[in-house]
Amino acid sequence: MTSTPDHLDPALRVQALASLLTERGLIDEATVENFIKTYEQSVGPMNGAKVVARAWTDPGYRARLLADGTAAIAELGFKGPQGEHMVVLENTPTVHHVVVCTLCSCYPWPVLGLPPSWYKDPAYRSRVVREPRQVLREFGLDLDDSVEIRVHDSSSEVRYMVLPERPAGTGHYSEAELADLVTRDAMVGVAKVPVP
Amino acid sequence: MTAPEIHADAAYLLDAAGPAAPPRDNGELVFAAPWESQAFGVALALHDAGCIDWEDFRRSLIREIGEWEAAHPSGEGWNYYECWLRSLERLVSGTGLVAVGDLRARLDLLAARPAGHDHRHDHRHDDE
Repeated sequence: MTSTPDHLDPALRVQALASLLTERGLIDEATVENFIKTYEQSVGPMNGAKVVARAWTDPGYRARLLADGTAAIAELGFKGPQGEHMVVLENTPTVHHVVVCTLCSCYPWPVLGLPPSWYKDPAYRSRVVREPRQVLREFGLDLDDSVEIRVHDSSSEVRYMVLPERPAGTGHYSEAELADLVTRDAMVGVAKVPVP
Repeated sequence: MTAPEIHADAAYLLDAAGPAAPPRDNGELVFAAPWESQAFGVALALHDAGCIDWEDFRRSLIREIGEWEAAHPSGEGWNYYECWLRSLERLVSGTGLVAVGDLRARLDLLAARPAGHDHRHDHRHDDE
């Protein structure tokens, strides 16, 4: 045979693969479980939300974040696989950034965790490039025609994160309160941070 | 929060708040099935052990996704982790970490075992 039989139950295929790799001493169950647990429980958009809240409250940090995303994000302790080359894109009243990975599913894991299913979906990956305004509308984000939409295609070199606009009426909010407002979708650019 | 037109995912049907609720990420399951999380964890563990290069894996994944999309223009039946698993299988056999014949033999062995073989008791889960 030339390839693996992909008509079989994927659960069996994973089991076959994992058992052989374990027997050869290449992986061990504890490491596998640890990675799963980490990305299910510890790494997620709450990390990115802290980055955004810091940028909103600390102009020096914001400048560092936009100049060197990887270094500024690491200042808050967030680093790891898929976060080695971070570029942060600042949304403004006239320019709206939205992120995609057209070829696969590149995504900034340290700040956003693993991507949601729609981000990996063939429809989002192809359509957001062709008709971003319409796709954003389907997400509930109706941007004025005067707002320029810039679509950024993630790659092996760069992982993007959007710095959304701080919502009006939050001048008295603490950094922690601001972080609670920030959503994953706003950091991918398919939503704005809602006015509380 | 998400656009229904481009979001085909039955995760919202699952128990959202009870003690059995799986971990969620902004209201969405990280993995839709245990085998998906296993496939994810195995790839990361292999990379962590220095057995695979992540860029090789990414290229393999791009190829699988591209082939799937070319064969399924309607997008019907899409499962991201199917592509992930296939790229992992190809990379692991392609780099010789596991010979493809060994993988096939192990699959035949597992597939031949009767359902429920892993359980200590019989199949009456409703009594447990």
